[in-house]
Amino acid sequence: MGATVTTAATKENTWGGGNEPLKVSYGKMMMWYFILSDSLTFCGFLVGYGFTRYKFMDTWPIADEVFNHFPFLHGVDAPMYYVALMTFILIFSSVTMVLAVDAGHQMKKGKVATYMFLTILGGLVFLGSQAWEWKNFINGTYGAVETRGGSILHFVKGEGTEAKQIALADFAIVDENRDEATLTRGKGTWFLKGPEAATYSIAEVKAGLLANPDVKIRTQKTIQDPETGRRYKEVLTREQSVERINDATIVVEGASLIRNEYGHKTFGDFFFFITGFHGFHVFTGILINIVIFFNVLLGTYQKRGSYEMVEKGGLYWHFVDLVWVFVFTFFYLV
Amino acid sequence: MASEGTHQSNTKKIWTVFAILSIITLVEVVLGIIKPESLHQVYIYGLSLLNYIFIILTIAKAYYIMWSFMHLEHEKKSFQWSVAGVLGFLCVYLITLVLIEGNYIYDVFQSSQYKWIF
Repeated sequence: MGATVTTAATKENTWGGGNEPLKVSYGKMMMWYFILSDSLTFCGFLVGYGFTRYKFMDTWPIADEVFNHFPFLHGVDAPMYYVALMTFILIFSSVTMVLAVDAGHQMKKGKVATYMFLTILGGLVFLGSQAWEWKNFINGTYGAVETRGGSILHFVKGEGTEAKQIALADFAIVDENRDEATLTRGKGTWFLKGPEAATYSIAEVKAGLLANPDVKIRTQKTIQDPETGRRYKEVLTREQSVERINDATIVVEGASLIRNEYGHKTFGDFFFFITGFHGFHVFTGILINIVIFFNVLLGTYQKRGSYEMVEKGGLYWHFVDLVWVFVFTFFYLV
Repeated sequence: MASEGTHQSNTKKIWTVFAILSIITLVEVVLGIIKPESLHQVYIYGLSLLNYIFIILTIAKAYYIMWSFMHLEHEKKSFQWSVAGVLGFLCVYLITLVLIEGNYIYDVFQSSQYKWIF
């Protein structure tokens, strides 16, 4: 590049521009180092999750019992199938991305555009899947009660490992005269403050428990079967259950940032934070891919003579996939 | 640089890597659902053998994504190290220290009278 000041020729070569240390172009190198720093951020999140999980080792929720939904299969226990599907979707959109980069190397504009389009589509499907996952997580399935000490109690039928969780709706006895349940913000103008009313009150849940002799309480405590090594949650005896329900203070349905029906309070926070931060990366990745896609259509890169921008966008997109691989393992699998 | 036009298509290799990644994911899911007793029961340093397998498979997947999809294999050795080396070292460092700390606090909760400090 034309430097105005006369300098020694060697200096000109080094600092005059157009130099590529480590044989990587400036844009790609900076994308790599951005990815490096962003990976460390995600590493920090996942390690924070690991820390909290180790800290509350024997009261942490079992992922298989929380993430067991699959579209159109209501009430069927389908652990992990859905996240596995999401993983495939993201890996596949990574493949179409790398195919777009490959077509870019050969300067095939039409092919690049097609593969970019498929990548964007894959990203959108993944984001939609994540929204569905969040919806299930936020709404919850069974409902639970929280005790004075802040721990969550589930209701089950059956013994030990065979115990099946049941919903509050399955056994709670509805009290016709219960005020705080029927009057919500939407129905009564006087209802201005106080906790958002749950579908059932503590008294209704308690009445239901006392009336159904086969319903028992399951605590958060994890027990490992010495025979099979399988982990499950402790189920109280009927007498203990009747005793323990007196500790209940709040009915919990679904999840918020304050409490969730699955177990430890921080579990919900980590779920929202880690998958949300990843989802945000997917979202920005889709935006970047859309911009690149239209530039491909307009022929910007064809005129430039290089599809390196597709490569740089591709690096970011693969990074998003890379992070998901780790989230999948540490949040759902381990 | 990419603009030479001398690149021939790597499509076959891309699909191979996709097949590898899919198979690894499938193995993970199957193991995660079955949870074989022989793997789940064996503990090494407080972590079950099954979890070691999951972590190793995940790192294998990360390797294929970074080396093949992100074309790290075609970069100079020094650049590969400046990314993967730094990332590997810092992550292992952080994981080791923080998990040891988490385990320690768990022990305190279980058996110490200094619970209230935490």
